[in-house]
Amino acid sequence: MMNKPLISLNGVNKAFQGQNVLQNISLVVNPGEITTLIGPNGAGKSTLVRIVLGLIEPDSGSVVSAQDLRIGYMPQKLNIDPTLPISTCRFLQLANMSHDACHEALALVGISHLAATPIQKLSGGEVQRALLARAILRKPNLLVLDEPVQGVDVNGQNALYKMISELSKTLNCAVLMVSHDLHIVMSATDQVICLNHHICCQGRPEQVTQDPAYLDIFGQTAIYAHNHDHNHSLHGEVLDADGVHRHGEGCQHD
Amino acid sequence: MIDFLLYALLAGLGVALVAGPLGCFVVWRRMAYFGDTLAHSALLGVSLGVLLDINLSITVTAVPLLMALGLVYLEQRGILSLDTLLGILSHSALATGLVVISLLPDVRIDLMSLLFGDLLSVTSNDLWVIYGVATAVLLLLGLLWKQLINITVDPELAAVEGTNVVLVRTALMLVTALVIAIAMKVVGVLLITALLIIPAATARRVSQTPEQMAVAASVIAMVCVVMGLAVSWYTDAPAGPAVVLCAALLFMLSLGFRQRN
Repeated sequence: MMNKPLISLNGVNKAFQGQNVLQNISLVVNPGEITTLIGPNGAGKSTLVRIVLGLIEPDSGSVVSAQDLRIGYMPQKLNIDPTLPISTCRFLQLANMSHDACHEALALVGISHLAATPIQKLSGGEVQRALLARAILRKPNLLVLDEPVQGVDVNGQNALYKMISELSKTLNCAVLMVSHDLHIVMSATDQVICLNHHICCQGRPEQVTQDPAYLDIFGQTAIYAHNHDHNHSLHGEVLDADGVHRHGEGCQHD
Repeated sequence: MIDFLLYALLAGLGVALVAGPLGCFVVWRRMAYFGDTLAHSALLGVSLGVLLDINLSITVTAVPLLMALGLVYLEQRGILSLDTLLGILSHSALATGLVVISLLPDVRIDLMSLLFGDLLSVTSNDLWVIYGVATAVLLLLGLLWKQLINITVDPELAAVEGTNVVLVRTALMLVTALVIAIAMKVVGVLLITALLIIPAATARRVSQTPEQMAVAASVIAMVCVVMGLAVSWYTDAPAGPAVVLCAALLFMLSLGFRQRN
């Protein structure tokens, strides 16, 4: 069962108004794996995600999903008019779920105390957590996250990425994630796909960062795999300040 | 005398009842301009009805319905921004309607009553139409309520979770066109959007859930109708504008309350 892919794209092409956005994209997402999609702005990352989600049809090529594929989707951001009175809890219940299940999901992402708060009043990081809670509510085997840390400060980003990789383990679900900053997500990623209309390179993060095609786009600065030597809570406090400097995998100095 | 006042009141209340929840969606989904466009096209419906000698109720309903479908299609295509598209269609429809009406030689149409409503001339026939449409619209809104809220909050999330977004959105547009057709008699082409938006905006200030807001908007709109008719009765002011004026006054009063979440 582990080797049957959740979703596979084969030779997918997509153009908008004559502009080729995606060319000959083939990729496979396997159960339990974390796949990170990186690429410059306008590279077609969101378009690719929309094709995986089934929101748009490719012009050519095939998208094959497993019979039991259940997608939990976390969009980039929410845009809800402030005139719509809706609590965070109610927002989660829109996913067709019971009150209890919603509270459970809120607890999992650590924002139980915000259940009754109007969703428009949440901060950037809290909104992302609420979206994550709604995504996991459906007990997905594939989480699709489109730039999950938008509008979140650096410490919050680390906390959020950590939460995502932990959740994917506890829920035993695969992750397909769009991200700008590979250096943060490196350690937690099984497969990196570098996209610029076509797939420039793909593979394990260590391989990709050595690939000339990757270096062309992201330059030298991105090679340094910076592993944070301590963790931060949501509020930026250092959680594990043991003072020991741990080297990242790509780290050369002593 | 009592008859026409009673008819006016019943007609106004029927429209207000359904304008509440629908107005909430107009506010939540920022569809005010869309409402205006459909309302203006209803005027075109009147002139076409007179020109082609077709029953006005049919053309007044059919033209906004077609306009709504056309807008759904054009929005899907995404050629122009929706705002620009609405601006073009809205004012072309209004202008065409006005020109056609003025060109008809033998017909005297009371333009004022089309633009600002003619509540006091409601017939029992109108009442049947208003309550028929209102019931159908309320039933449909109730049936699709959850999906409607879902596509309003985030259409992509709703689609991934299995909602047929295009279908639900089209239903909402068609329902809006229907309500505009029946509201024309009450407040007229130019003030329909006001009757949809102002009570909903007032209701927002006292509501904590979408459902509370929908019910509150209905109640507020009905209060406005009663107040407006009373004002019209005692001052001889036209009823439609009086209703909208009362709605605006209630909204301003509501600003004094602290908004509940």
